[in-house]
Amino acid sequence: MTGKPTFEAIVARHGATVLRVCRAVVGAVDADDAWSETFLSAMRAYPDLPADANVEAWLVTIAHRKAIDITRGTGRRAIPVAEPNQAPIAAGAGRSGLDLDDELAGALAALPDKQRQAVAYHYVAGLPYAAVAATLGGSTDAARRAAADGIATLRRTYPGAASRKGNRR
Amino acid sequence: MNTDDDLTSALARAFAETPDHLRQLHNRLVAAAQTDGILDVAYRTVDSPVGPLLLAATELGLVRVAYASENHEAVLQALSDRISPRILNAPARLDSAARALDEYFAGRRHGFDLPIDWRLSTGFRSVVLHRLTEIEYGRTASYGTVAHLAGSPKAARAVGTACATNPLPVVVPCHRVVRADGGIGEYLGGIEAKRILLALEAAA
Repeated sequence: MTGKPTFEAIVARHGATVLRVCRAVVGAVDADDAWSETFLSAMRAYPDLPADANVEAWLVTIAHRKAIDITRGTGRRAIPVAEPNQAPIAAGAGRSGLDLDDELAGALAALPDKQRQAVAYHYVAGLPYAAVAATLGGSTDAARRAAADGIATLRRTYPGAASRKGNRR
Repeated sequence: MNTDDDLTSALARAFAETPDHLRQLHNRLVAAAQTDGILDVAYRTVDSPVGPLLLAATELGLVRVAYASENHEAVLQALSDRISPRILNAPARLDSAARALDEYFAGRRHGFDLPIDWRLSTGFRSVVLHRLTEIEYGRTASYGTVAHLAGSPKAARAVGTACATNPLPVVVPCHRVVRADGGIGEYLGGIEAKRILLALEAAA
């Protein structure tokens, strides 16, 4: 009796988070492919995953590798901003949230790789810095610094943050 | 993390997806896993006159049919533990089983010729279950008769256990096993379900 959850339960529990991470790291155009390759690869390896492993961190690590493959495959990363309905499966288009997401995706896409990844894994996926470091390689401090640098740049480049700050009552 | 911060809270909420989109990605995963031969167990549920039934199949065939009273979540967990955790809700592999059950419950099918994966029953229980398929549609047999058929005339009680732990109820017709005195006996899906199945078969 291992008590390991079914892979269906893993997809149900972590599918949404992994997709958000993929969107943050490779942009909406390639996110579906990154998600699919991540879960297919995870499913292949799942029987050998220790029962006490941190599944979310494990999935993000796989997604990280898939994202690197995809980024290399497309040469210099296509800038995932500017195409309004770039999501291959248009999801709730017309929501004002999407515009903010587009702006955020654009600002994220302009960050150096390490910073963008650190920001995505910590702030979008909610992983602690130790897990982010394990994914990126390098120390926990380096992961924290990369995320902090990324956030500092986003504060200048993400219009949503600035404009809403201005509107604050 | 400072949750009052506009930027970090925007990041924590950003890139939300719709359930629809995730469902399409799930379907894509099912197709790829099937193609790559890593979908060890596929499952779906079907509605029936005896309540929702969980159907599960390996690549070899139908491996499990479960009543709601068996707790479908617990059944899936047991499949994960005993066969493989590579389990997905993947209805396509169970299309022919679902269709056959539909026809059965409509009274239009009297036998199942589905590929079966027998791995969840072993030893004497497996012998008993194989014998059950010889009890014809609309007929019943006593626990003692089945024990006799299975080659152990004194094992009526063990036949009862085999029926109670049948991993493939309805398809492997343990509902056709009744008491020698004419009593309906026990049933893993509940007496009411057994009554419904026997009435269905008697009417056809």
